[in-house]
Amino acid sequence: MISLSFARFSAVLIKEFVQMRRDRVTFAMMIGIPVMQLLLFGYAINSDPKHLPTLVQMDDSGPITRAVLASMQTSDYFDFLGAVTGREEGDRALRDGTANFVVVIPQNFERDVLRGLSPDILLAADASDPTATSGAVAALTGIVDAAVAQSLTGARQPEPRPAAPFTVTVHRQFNPESETPINIVPGLLGVILSMTMVMITAVAIVRESERGTMEALLATPVRPLEVMFGKIIPYILVGYVQTAVFLLAARFLFDVPFLGSPLAFFIGFNLFIAVNLMVGFLISTVARSQMQAMQISFFTLLPTILLSGFLFPFAGMPGWAQAIGSAIPATHFLRITRKVMLKGAGLADIASDMAAIGAIAAVVIVISLSRYRQTLD
Amino acid sequence: MTDNADLAISVRGLTKRFGDKTVVDRFDMDVPRGSIYGFLGPNGSGKTTTIRMMCGLLVPDGGEGECLGYDILTQSRRIKEHVGYMTQRFSLYEDLTIRENLDFMARMFRLKDRTARVDKALDDLGLKDRADQLAGTLSGGWKQRMSLAACMLHEPRLLLLDEPTAGVDPKARRDFWDEIRRLSAKGVTVLVSTHYMDEAVQCDFIAYIAYGRRLISGPAGEIPNIIGLHTWQVEGGDISALEEELREDERVGQVARFGPVLHVSGTDQAALDEVAHEHIKRGTHKWTAREAGLEEAFIYLMAGARDNFAVPGGAQ
Repeated sequence: MISLSFARFSAVLIKEFVQMRRDRVTFAMMIGIPVMQLLLFGYAINSDPKHLPTLVQMDDSGPITRAVLASMQTSDYFDFLGAVTGREEGDRALRDGTANFVVVIPQNFERDVLRGLSPDILLAADASDPTATSGAVAALTGIVDAAVAQSLTGARQPEPRPAAPFTVTVHRQFNPESETPINIVPGLLGVILSMTMVMITAVAIVRESERGTMEALLATPVRPLEVMFGKIIPYILVGYVQTAVFLLAARFLFDVPFLGSPLAFFIGFNLFIAVNLMVGFLISTVARSQMQAMQISFFTLLPTILLSGFLFPFAGMPGWAQAIGSAIPATHFLRITRKVMLKGAGLADIASDMAAIGAIAAVVIVISLSRYRQTLD
Repeated sequence: MTDNADLAISVRGLTKRFGDKTVVDRFDMDVPRGSIYGFLGPNGSGKTTTIRMMCGLLVPDGGEGECLGYDILTQSRRIKEHVGYMTQRFSLYEDLTIRENLDFMARMFRLKDRTARVDKALDDLGLKDRADQLAGTLSGGWKQRMSLAACMLHEPRLLLLDEPTAGVDPKARRDFWDEIRRLSAKGVTVLVSTHYMDEAVQCDFIAYIAYGRRLISGPAGEIPNIIGLHTWQVEGGDISALEEELREDERVGQVARFGPVLHVSGTDQAALDEVAHEHIKRGTHKWTAREAGLEEAFIYLMAGARDNFAVPGGAQ
């Protein structure tokens, strides 16, 4: 006969809130970490950077060259710092980091273009940070082609039309402007929730046994479920607050659209919070101290960031890494948020991801129940 | 239940193992209702584990027993409703105030008139002025008072106190024991584990445990007899020099000094008497045979705990 007492449950709940309010540092962290991460990831990290310092080595000049350089400048990827006179000077600039690119316009470039010999423009790029340069490199061909075509048309016509402004299109679906925040911000919610929910739950539960208060608690007629619910629900609410802050920031700071079904998002995110709390609970059954709980939580955070597809494309990882990644709840939640927010997905579209999270949750529950101690032994 | 109507606790063969280490080994104990029962033993002897098994915090690996008439194996929830357990380590919330802590415990026991009872508990233990102080900022004595208040809130019939006065100053300890006796007079049974002699002598009954086994138990007054301890009281002369000398003497079990008086004790009466008579012949000090007291018994037990406590009853 199991009769849960609402009175006892609410007593634990109230106590938990009072403790949360008194523990200002943790409380500040719970709200501060997500905001800080959001700002850092959203504003500071840009995998498609623009305005990269560029030098040009002009071994030829003419209308086509000018058009090419002008359009590179207009593309925003390249900021021209000035000209170099020889290969060595350009190399030095790349080495010491003054410039990320050196554009070399070869001799007889104008003539060769007009003759249809398709001369090469050399773009020497500092590839030590591929992320920094790959976007610009990818965009360059398009820029040059367009500029050359434009100039040729102009040259053959008696009255050159004014150069029409054009933009470089790097065609990426769902993020037409190649803005990193739109890719990274929805994924960030999964990372933030993983980090705070798992860690806070694990620490909050371990704290009771570490400080010895679990002993007094277990000596009362309170039932474990009453303690668990009472302890966990405040943190679910924290998760809600974090998500709300996050969604507002995504909308108003980063202009991340929310195209899909709010219901699908709501269900998916509750499921994700639940699975994180369970993981936190599981960690608390292993950890002997709050410090250990924290360390184990951080240990789980690393694959969450690296293998979930948050920072690096999931499809690009080797099979074993994908296998590990698939076992991480955040991987699936990340897909849910990206699908719902960016691709306008509804419930049906995220069913497979939710099933995956559900399966992970089932495994976690089985393991933690087998480890859970109702008594002190 | 009918058999044990006079016993608050009655356990037989209680056994607990952690891994391959047997922490409590076939432990028996009978605690009469309304008594103050002292639970003595060195650190790591299994006192805490035994107490935890009695109130359902640990599941015994073997044995059986009743606590307040409830089966300790199957009715731990009922036991918890009627038992006040004060843990060895402070186990209330340091980041809650005294009042919040008591209120929380009152809710755990689903007490009616919660506020009134918390107020009364605060009053009874003189905590009223500090009611809104955070528990973490209290000194040891106040924390311990508050713990007692917390485990008395639901008016338990049995109090389990696990080294309640460890690290508490003597004044606070005396006050604490006044409170314990007051509760005992009201009919509350108290099982208290302790290291301190002055606490041991306040108990009606004593059980001594070492290596998880009960070695001795009985009414406090009979303990010296049970051990078979004999004592000579010595006074006069250069007592310090004599103390030194007697400590070297292998025939003497132990020498305890009480101010200008020595209590020389041992379990081998013949050997002890031999020493006494040698010294009486010397005539430097006044030797008087006396009955061994609980103090001697306590010192004997605690000393034996370090060397040779696997030998029950102190047989040589």
